[in-house]
Amino acid sequence: MFIFIVLLGFTSYYFGRRKAYTIQSTNKRLTALPQFYGYYLAIWCAIPAFIIFSLWAIFEPTIVKLLILSDYSNQGYLDDELNLIYEKTKALSRGQFTGEITPFIEASAEKYLSLRSIAQSSKAVIVLSIIIASVAYAYKKISSNSRTREPVEKFLKAVLFTASLAAILTTVGIVFSLIFQTIDFFKVIPLFDFVFGTHWYPAKAFVRDSSEALDPTMYSDTFGAVPIFAGTFFIAFIAMCVAIPIGLMSGIYLAEYASVKVRQYAKPLIEILAGIPTVVYGFFAALTVGPFLKEIGNSMGLDVSAESALAAGGVMGIMIIPFISSLSDDVITSVPQSLRDGSYAMGATKSETIKKVIFPAALPGIVGSILLGVSRAIGETMIVVMASGLAANLTLNPLESTSTITAQIVVILIGDQAFGDPKTQAAFALGMSLFLVTLCLNIVALRVVKKYREKYE
Amino acid sequence: MNKNKEQLLNKRYKAEKRFRLYGQSAIFMALLFLTIFIFKIFSTGYSAFQKTWLIVPVTFDAELMMLEQNPSKEDLKDADYYDIALKSMADLDPNANEDQENELKRMVSYFFEREIKRELLNDPSLIGKTKDVYLTASDDLDQVFKGNYPRDLPEDQRRVTDYQLKIFDQLVELGKVESKFNLSFFTYPDSREAELAGIASSFMGSIFSILVCLMIAFPVAVLAAIYLEEFAPKNRFTDFIEVNINNLAAVPSIVFGLLGLGILLAVFQLPRSTPLVGGITLSLMTLPTIIIACRASLKAVPPSIREAALAMGASKMQTTMHHTVPLSMPGTLSGTIIGLAQALGETAPLILIGMVAFVNTIPGSPLDPAASLPVQIYIWAESAERGFVEKVSACIMVLLGFLIIMNLFAQIIRHKFEKKWS
Repeated sequence: MFIFIVLLGFTSYYFGRRKAYTIQSTNKRLTALPQFYGYYLAIWCAIPAFIIFSLWAIFEPTIVKLLILSDYSNQGYLDDELNLIYEKTKALSRGQFTGEITPFIEASAEKYLSLRSIAQSSKAVIVLSIIIASVAYAYKKISSNSRTREPVEKFLKAVLFTASLAAILTTVGIVFSLIFQTIDFFKVIPLFDFVFGTHWYPAKAFVRDSSEALDPTMYSDTFGAVPIFAGTFFIAFIAMCVAIPIGLMSGIYLAEYASVKVRQYAKPLIEILAGIPTVVYGFFAALTVGPFLKEIGNSMGLDVSAESALAAGGVMGIMIIPFISSLSDDVITSVPQSLRDGSYAMGATKSETIKKVIFPAALPGIVGSILLGVSRAIGETMIVVMASGLAANLTLNPLESTSTITAQIVVILIGDQAFGDPKTQAAFALGMSLFLVTLCLNIVALRVVKKYREKYE
Repeated sequence: MNKNKEQLLNKRYKAEKRFRLYGQSAIFMALLFLTIFIFKIFSTGYSAFQKTWLIVPVTFDAELMMLEQNPSKEDLKDADYYDIALKSMADLDPNANEDQENELKRMVSYFFEREIKRELLNDPSLIGKTKDVYLTASDDLDQVFKGNYPRDLPEDQRRVTDYQLKIFDQLVELGKVESKFNLSFFTYPDSREAELAGIASSFMGSIFSILVCLMIAFPVAVLAAIYLEEFAPKNRFTDFIEVNINNLAAVPSIVFGLLGLGILLAVFQLPRSTPLVGGITLSLMTLPTIIIACRASLKAVPPSIREAALAMGASKMQTTMHHTVPLSMPGTLSGTIIGLAQALGETAPLILIGMVAFVNTIPGSPLDPAASLPVQIYIWAESAERGFVEKVSACIMVLLGFLIIMNLFAQIIRHKFEKKWS
């Protein structure tokens, strides 16, 4: 059906263009290039039909379901049972049903099939008649040689505009997917317990028998997110301790000292670090860095966990180096040369110029790049999932294992999830807090960098 | 006084040198990490491209296989191979007791039966004869042969028994153990047994996800970029779209996974664990990257091109579609490839939408459940068996290889086709 519409669209393009040529041959002046006549007709042919077609595809299952289940409506079934009956009906009509076949279900399976075939044929009829009507309308327009370029271009512009809404739609989608589950979560767990509680032990929520009613008191002391937030910021802090000095210094060196040749090779090499998938870093941290640190610690008589925060944070820091180095490199190179010249003229050495003139001038941009790095560190998932612990300890010892927001989300949601379970909802609540924190960081960072750019442009 | 000045100057010069050294060592550190990293991956991974085979004489005994005289091809397919397979392994040590026979059996993969079957199907005349057949060694023996397995551990801490090692060493001496290129690593789907696990299923999963991602993200992103760069009026609303795009580019990838889970799976009821859902999720992630790249390259097209087209009587739409957009394509394409490379390495969102499920079939369409290369890395890295460690590294090498190729491709497009204005 879809292919059919597309084919019709193409043929109507040729029809429209030929019509334009015939008009031309009668020595009338065309109002647009011939292909616009074709586009005009093709749009009128395909778009209305396509809209009806997709609306039908969206609503057909719901309507069929309503019709089928109307037979059962006065028998006092629960919603879940009705859903089950519907699924059984569908399975039976496809011949894949393996359970016990009751006459009721057999009857509705037959009804289902007949409804489907009615729907199929009426869909074909309606779509075809729409096509005929709209093509006839457009053809008449063309024949009277009215304007065709303007409507076509307006249509294209509308398409472009809709595409640009995709970004907004994605944001809306993110917020929507998070917000409902989060609200449900906070209906069971008070916000206060979540933000200030110090015990995170979501596995407890699994012990519950699903037939029991929700008992909020059961969950007190289960979803306290403080250890997780603390772990997240702690690991991010360790990462930044690695990334800021190395990233910043290499950015400064590349921008101010390095010869063209060194810059040409070193910059892309460092940026390779940013292109390596995070799961690879995670493997590296878990297999090499973690045990290595443990061995060193043991030889010094320290008790180091193989899944220490230090290993995860350190490797994460390596990952963030290129972000900070290339952003601060950009920022420093965009400091105007006149500032440098002024400083050199006063007799300052290069390092003094950098420290006292360029660095303060570039500071807002550098801060912006660091904030972006922090936001990366907080949102980083695979390294912590693989290299850091999964139990949420409230600790500030870098040698012990801690857990982060992202790691907890993965732990909770890996495998099958039951929506409506507080544990699943907790993951969405964590996701919401992650989204909000990184959103704030990003907005501030982007604004700072933008302000800075405008200052020197 | 003068001396003081000189001292001060010396101090300043020293500070200068020190500062320079800091910079150099920072770069050195960054590059050192990169080197260690790559070295580590290659040194643990290269051995996975070799696979150890045991060469075992197999007697194709028609009676044991329950075959009648002059069997047809169908009969051969249905025949019972387990007994002759078992017998040929047990024959390695004629005076083995029952336990030891079991251990002998576990020296090869559970696939050995099928390997023997394939041999016979290739050459039906082998019935009643004896032939040396290549059997995949178990992953533990594979590791022993590659020298990755410590032999000096006490026996109860090893997964290989002393008896198995003894027989294995005998075989090695006889030249009945061979290491060959591990083709099955590329052609087999995932498996719980390290010696049989391959990347074919996750590879196809990655390809399908990336294709879905490309088909959605590229057109939408290019159209959006054209609108924002060429047609959008400067007002609050377009500013809002811009802020949105810039933010989306920095949203953690796992949040997109939650989006896929909460909307695509829960609301739209799309099938779980499929590259289709994975591709859609990834396309939302790559959208901002491509939009930003496309806008930058549209901006780089000089206004004179547009003015010339407008002066010749082209409409704004014609100017854009016929002149500006084609000229901006090299930049857009290289941005797209870089965005896709990012998407190819993404793991967390795919885990959330269920692409971590164990899949031991090779997916044939985006609607079949599948894993992807990075997720495969995660799955293998989480399994305890020693044989998987080298597999992970090898899988990483394959993935990195793809990323390097894609990035090189992007560079080539940019340098070869991009016009330098000015």
